[in-house]
Amino acid sequence: MHGTLGNLPAVTAALAPQRARRAVPWATLRMLALGLASIALFLLAWHLLTTHRVVAHVRFTNVPTPQAVLARAALAFRDPQFQMNLLISCRRIGSGFLLATALGVPLGMLMGRWRLVREAVLPALELLRPIPAIAWVPISIMLWPTNEESIVFITFLGSFFPILLNTLLGMQGVDPILVRAARCLGAREAALFREIYLPAVLPQVFTGLAVGMGVAWVSLIAAEMIAGQYGIGYFTWEAYSLVSYADIVLGMACIGALGLLSSALVRLAARLAMPWNRAA
Amino acid sequence: MNGAAHVAVRDFALDYGTGSQRMAAVQDLSLEVKPGEFVSLIGPSGCGKSTVLNALAGFMQPTRGLVQVDGAEIRGPSPDRGMVFQQYSLFPWMTVRQNVEFGLKMKGIGATERQRTARTLLSLAGVLAFENRYPDALSGGMKQRVGIVRALATGPRVLLMDEPFGALDSQTRAIMQSILLELWEASRISVLFVTHDIDEAIFLSDRIYVMTARPGRIKAELAVPLERPRTPDLAGSAGFLQLRSQLRELIREESLKAMGHEVGAVPADQRFGQDLAAVAPP
Ligand SMILES: Nc1ncnc2c1ncn2[C@@H]1O[C@H](COP(=O)(O)OP(=O)(O)OP(=O)(O)O)[C@@H](O)[C@H]1O
Ligand SMILES: [Mg+2]
Repeated sequence: MHGTLGNLPAVTAALAPQRARRAVPWATLRMLALGLASIALFLLAWHLLTTHRVVAHVRFTNVPTPQAVLARAALAFRDPQFQMNLLISCRRIGSGFLLATALGVPLGMLMGRWRLVREAVLPALELLRPIPAIAWVPISIMLWPTNEESIVFITFLGSFFPILLNTLLGMQGVDPILVRAARCLGAREAALFREIYLPAVLPQVFTGLAVGMGVAWVSLIAAEMIAGQYGIGYFTWEAYSLVSYADIVLGMACIGALGLLSSALVRLAARLAMPWNRAA
Repeated sequence: MNGAAHVAVRDFALDYGTGSQRMAAVQDLSLEVKPGEFVSLIGPSGCGKSTVLNALAGFMQPTRGLVQVDGAEIRGPSPDRGMVFQQYSLFPWMTVRQNVEFGLKMKGIGATERQRTARTLLSLAGVLAFENRYPDALSGGMKQRVGIVRALATGPRVLLMDEPFGALDSQTRAIMQSILLELWEASRISVLFVTHDIDEAIFLSDRIYVMTARPGRIKAELAVPLERPRTPDLAGSAGFLQLRSQLRELIREESLKAMGHEVGAVPADQRFGQDLAAVAPP
């Protein structure tokens, strides 16, 4: 039934897309090469500046070498104390960020849907919004019974406003024709929220989440440095006080890596939540 | 419950804006769609066609006059009155089939039955192959077909259509008109179809209302005594051509008015002559 000749077109057809995928375009290759070169150059500069303890107004005398940091990292990642610091920071980010999402998205949607809610809530929020989350540290310590709660509160504050305001913006951009279409098909208020407004604002919500995640880290690290016990921000600041210079850079690198990882998680969530959105 | 409804609009007026911004969009307009009738509403741009349709859909209340379905005042939107919009209005986050099922889901109909209804209608409209795609992947013509099917899925008694083919090229348009007639023949509900394409109005309708420039009123009402089922070659028939020139003249007058021109005392045939002389090479 399956002649060799009869199968031939099918085989070539199956191979064609693979071949196309394998042929990496020139632009991608160049981008990869330049990217690697850029990172290598940075590491080289760091290495040279620190091993030769360059002093040219800026002083590299005490800055650890890449090798020293790497050696320290190999030890630290096996140290339960260090692991706990990382874990605690992640937990704080998680709770503050989720809290901000759980409050910001519904509030933003309600404010977008009902003018009355918007007019009642927005002025007070606008008053608080220009105050950076870090400026809340002293008050937050006074407000909350535990240090942990006050740090989570700072993290929450940092991400709350971008999430809320982006959701509100998204609500204002919902196509009224879609709402009309849904009402014509028998959708009541609750169904409108669930089936129309929510999916319609999701792209904007995720923009807010991406921005909010960034601000959450900024706020968390600052709060940990000022008020923390445990946490990667506290670790970094303490390393400075204890004159363990390699730990400072290790802390910085971990903060950067965690920031990168959490942004990637937000992007992944966006792709999973909006399968219809090719841009996401 | 099912079947076709009687639509009546009497001495309808609707103003937009308030205070000094207040402006009459439609004034003293009366029309009706008898049960099972296909009626077109044609008029120059901005004359208030969408306004009339939106009032019938229940999105806005008339400033004066009555808007009724089967003798009952329209209070708000209802799945009894399906609507197909001028703009594409499929929900981008739902697949084609989910879009069509939406109205049935709102009615609390179970998944199995929803799916069966949706698939039957989609195959009638020739888009069943796309049931699991998102609207993004569809051409304009397919989107509007799904839009029509979605409006029909709940079994409405009236279908309101606001220039549904306005954004399509003429080839696609002609195909869409035939598909629409097929779908309509299968249900025979009352249709009010807004367009500013004369041929489209004649091809589809039992009756045509011509509107004046803003504030919109009914300028003329024409019966279309052409036999059904209608085929595209109808466009060459004497009856079609006569209706077309009649409608053209009526709408030309209003379009000129809409552009701020006054139609003078020059007889109609001579005005056409002048226009032709102006564009024809010497
Ligand atoms: N929300 C609104 N506020 C103020 N004026 C409006 C509003 N909606 C429509 N109008 C005006 O009312 C008139 C009628 O509008 P409508 O959309 O009903 O016209 P239309 O016949 O559907 O036009 P088109 O053929 O361009 O779709 C237009 O002059 C329009 O500018
Ligand atoms: Mg319109």
